[in-house]
Amino acid sequence: MAGEGFNAPHVDYAGISPVIALTVGLVVILMSGVFGPTKRWAPGLTVLTLGATAGLLLWHWNDNISLVAGALRVDNLAIAISLISIAAAFFTVLLSNRERAADEAGHGEYYALLIGSVLGMVLLAESENLVTFFVALETLSIPLYILCATNLRREGSLESGLKYLIVGSLGSATLLYGMAFIYGGTGATDFAGIAHGIEAKGLVSDPLILIGIALASVGLAFKTSIAPFHQWTPDVYQGAPTPITSFMAVATKAAAFAVFVRFFVVALGPETGDWQTGLAILAAISIVVGNVGALGQDSLKRLLGYSGVAQAGYIMGGLVVASEKGISALVFYLATYLFMNLAAFAVIVARERETPFGDSIRAVRGLGAERPSLAWPLTISMLALAGLPATAGFIGKLYLIEALVEGDFTWLAVFIAVGTMISLAYYLRVVAAMWMSPGESPAVVGTGATPVIAGASPEADPVDPNAGRRWYLVAPAVFAAAATVFFGVIPQPLVDFATHAGSSLF
Amino acid sequence: MINALLWLPLAVGFVGFFLPKRLVGWWATAGAVATLVIGVIMAFGFDNGAAGLQDTVNTTWISGLGVNYSLGIDGLNLFLILLTALLWVGGIAFAAFREQERPQLFFFLMLAAETSTLGSFLSQDLLLFVLFFDLMLVPFYFLFGMWGKDRSAEGGPTAPQATLKMMIYTLIGSLLMLVGAIATAIISADGGHLTFSIQAISEQGLPLGSQRWIFWFFAAAFLVKMPAFFVHGWMPDAYRAAPLPVLVVFSGVLAKVGAYGFLRVVLPLFPEAVSQFQTIILLVALASILYGSVMAFTQTNVRLIAGYSSVAQLGFITAGIFALRADGSDGAILQMVNHGLVVAPLFIIVAILVERTGTEDLRSMGGMAMRAPVLAVLFLVVALATLAMPGSANFIGEFYILNGLFQSKIVFACIAISGVAMSAYYALRLYQGTMHNRKPDGVASREISLRDGVILAPLVLCILALALYPQLILHRADPSVQKSVAAVTGESSSPSSSEEEVAVNK
Repeated sequence: MAGEGFNAPHVDYAGISPVIALTVGLVVILMSGVFGPTKRWAPGLTVLTLGATAGLLLWHWNDNISLVAGALRVDNLAIAISLISIAAAFFTVLLSNRERAADEAGHGEYYALLIGSVLGMVLLAESENLVTFFVALETLSIPLYILCATNLRREGSLESGLKYLIVGSLGSATLLYGMAFIYGGTGATDFAGIAHGIEAKGLVSDPLILIGIALASVGLAFKTSIAPFHQWTPDVYQGAPTPITSFMAVATKAAAFAVFVRFFVVALGPETGDWQTGLAILAAISIVVGNVGALGQDSLKRLLGYSGVAQAGYIMGGLVVASEKGISALVFYLATYLFMNLAAFAVIVARERETPFGDSIRAVRGLGAERPSLAWPLTISMLALAGLPATAGFIGKLYLIEALVEGDFTWLAVFIAVGTMISLAYYLRVVAAMWMSPGESPAVVGTGATPVIAGASPEADPVDPNAGRRWYLVAPAVFAAAATVFFGVIPQPLVDFATHAGSSLF
Repeated sequence: MINALLWLPLAVGFVGFFLPKRLVGWWATAGAVATLVIGVIMAFGFDNGAAGLQDTVNTTWISGLGVNYSLGIDGLNLFLILLTALLWVGGIAFAAFREQERPQLFFFLMLAAETSTLGSFLSQDLLLFVLFFDLMLVPFYFLFGMWGKDRSAEGGPTAPQATLKMMIYTLIGSLLMLVGAIATAIISADGGHLTFSIQAISEQGLPLGSQRWIFWFFAAAFLVKMPAFFVHGWMPDAYRAAPLPVLVVFSGVLAKVGAYGFLRVVLPLFPEAVSQFQTIILLVALASILYGSVMAFTQTNVRLIAGYSSVAQLGFITAGIFALRADGSDGAILQMVNHGLVVAPLFIIVAILVERTGTEDLRSMGGMAMRAPVLAVLFLVVALATLAMPGSANFIGEFYILNGLFQSKIVFACIAISGVAMSAYYALRLYQGTMHNRKPDGVASREISLRDGVILAPLVLCILALALYPQLILHRADPSVQKSVAAVTGESSSPSSSEEEVAVNK
């Protein structure tokens, strides 16, 4: 059988070492459950695995190598996005400490699934072949479907998992269909081969390829929650356990954008003129829909869900111009998005455990006087998401707008400006609730006839009055907020990081 | 030196967090005084005859994006910086004499506002200017929202609502300005080295087509900030909500940043668009003069009388700048300083009156002069300066403005003169209504306290000093103003206005 016809591909074990590290960690954590309760050391093992993977990835910084017969590529873009995902996972581990969802799912499974999802993200960021692309995407998604539903006692959590599963599968199927068209047209599955095929066979603007591009865009738009394919986002964000929401908001978006960029810039590079306008229109719709949708939200997680839709629209701007600066801006924005969002989610987790209001905006009323160590991070996060100066959010927008104007998409830059204006109304509402309104006494509201707010039911989530002082919640919030301000004042290190990532494709 | 001037207030504000509540006010006052001292020392070292920048700092801030940390002083901003430093001393000292809730935060925000305001005056890099311009809003947002007055009992908005309105109004302009600034740099670089240096861009120039739309992005930001008629909607609510010590600096300085922006940025960078749209801006300025004046003598709330009078005064200043002659702009700069010096004591007096009478309604005030002759005298000086009594510096300022306007657009000048007449009416109405007339019951007519006198007297002395020697400002401002204005008149290509200019120059 294994005669002259089959040659096993050369495997560069050094190159895929991050993937190996994650897989080993996943297996160890899962198997360790066999030998008894893993409650104590599963988080520790997870952190260890993530740390080792990050180290191995950094080892390959500035490498640009193709792995496993052109299935994967390790370059700075892949490494940068992987690092963002790993950082998000690390924060999630901290936020999951004492989280009910983690207990109920059994600690081992919860963390193993988290690592499984990170594995998918690393693979996705590295993939440069339709097959690995799709497999990685599913590796990323399937653990998340389960993680969303791990808070068994909450109806919203199960609903969230199911909704995500159905919508996610639809997105995957659409994407797969699109891939089939592109493969059918070009006869290649690797990205470089597709680009070559399009040019060699004269398929530029060919209907077959265009249908493929359209379907693939729709599929990826589902994953990155670009409007009008975003409807699942607020519901899933709200229902999922909050640490998982924070992970999805940042890491999934980063990984999906990484492959979005690689697929469209490398494989569909010859078609740039065709997809640019289409994606620009999607970005504009996303900006408007996300910002308007967030206006009336009382649940902070829903609010951040809609804001995530709008932010995805901004980020898309970097891809639309398909230039080195654009991709750098996209990576920069994703990195700042990590800090901005995690500061907010850490505070939401703390307040969910501390008050009976769940993730309702009422939970943060009067926070400025009550818990300044939480109020400042959330304030900085909101101001940064709104793009105000002295935060990394401002530099991110500046970077994107500069790339857009240079790429002759000034109209989209104006959309970003207009969207930012709308967004102020809801971001500042949160800020006003913290600083400009009195706190609500939980004792009064906790009795009897309280309406169920934002998926929280008092019996399911016992209140921990000191959650707002726990180091594993306060430290991530303060650190992320400090990083947001730091990179707003001294952005050069992050700009260099993003420039390295962006230039690896060109 | 220039760095110390810019960052000292912020640093003082930070340290304030670690001081006991009693001392913070005095500490902040000392910091503001120290800033003023630095400013005065720099003014003494200023070379009067030079048109270029002095005391410059220029280092790369974000290299990939072409943004420099570039500061400098010239005739355009020297006195505005001194005005800023002076009024902040007044505002902070006035607040320090009174009990504030959460004083550390209050004074930190006040000082942060001073740094950002000084930053926008000092910036010589377009993007840095935009950054500080936007940043100014953040501390004022908190100051208005947290310490502001709730007007919902009178059917008005609450403080957070009023301040949100202000934020959205002003950021509409500023965010478009961000896009405009980036577009300016990219278009003028034309594929070459990207720089945001105002000087470099004005040397390279922009094509007229780009100038036209970018002009409006900048004009929108500056006109809203002033506020000019038809974009002033945020002003009444914000002025009624604002805490009075904050309003002293807000009304005294912030409005001038808009007018200053026209001189610093718009005239040198978009000269052709300026001469093209001169008439439209002059119409807006005239409308502001008329509308502001009429509103000022129909309002009964003393804050709003002062607020609308500012609208009218800023209309004058704009008209002076858009006379596009050196004397008009000289007058505009003098008038900016004058108006700041007049409106700040006006609000301090209003604050004192409100404390004495317990109301802000002009109709239920009166008779204050009976027992408070010193206060009455101080107020009279301020009121006479407001109405531009011959002999006051305001008279000189308005004379220069009208002189410039007469020579370029005589019709506009004729209408603008009516504003001078109306200002006499509202200034005297305010004075009479509060100081003379019959004293209503419940009004405590007490002499101004020594502490408030210490704040008010120096400001009034500055008014008198400028009245005696307005050349102090005019001489130093003129070379820089000539340069800014020459950018428009020297290169003006649109036939309609250039002929007039030529005729006038002969």
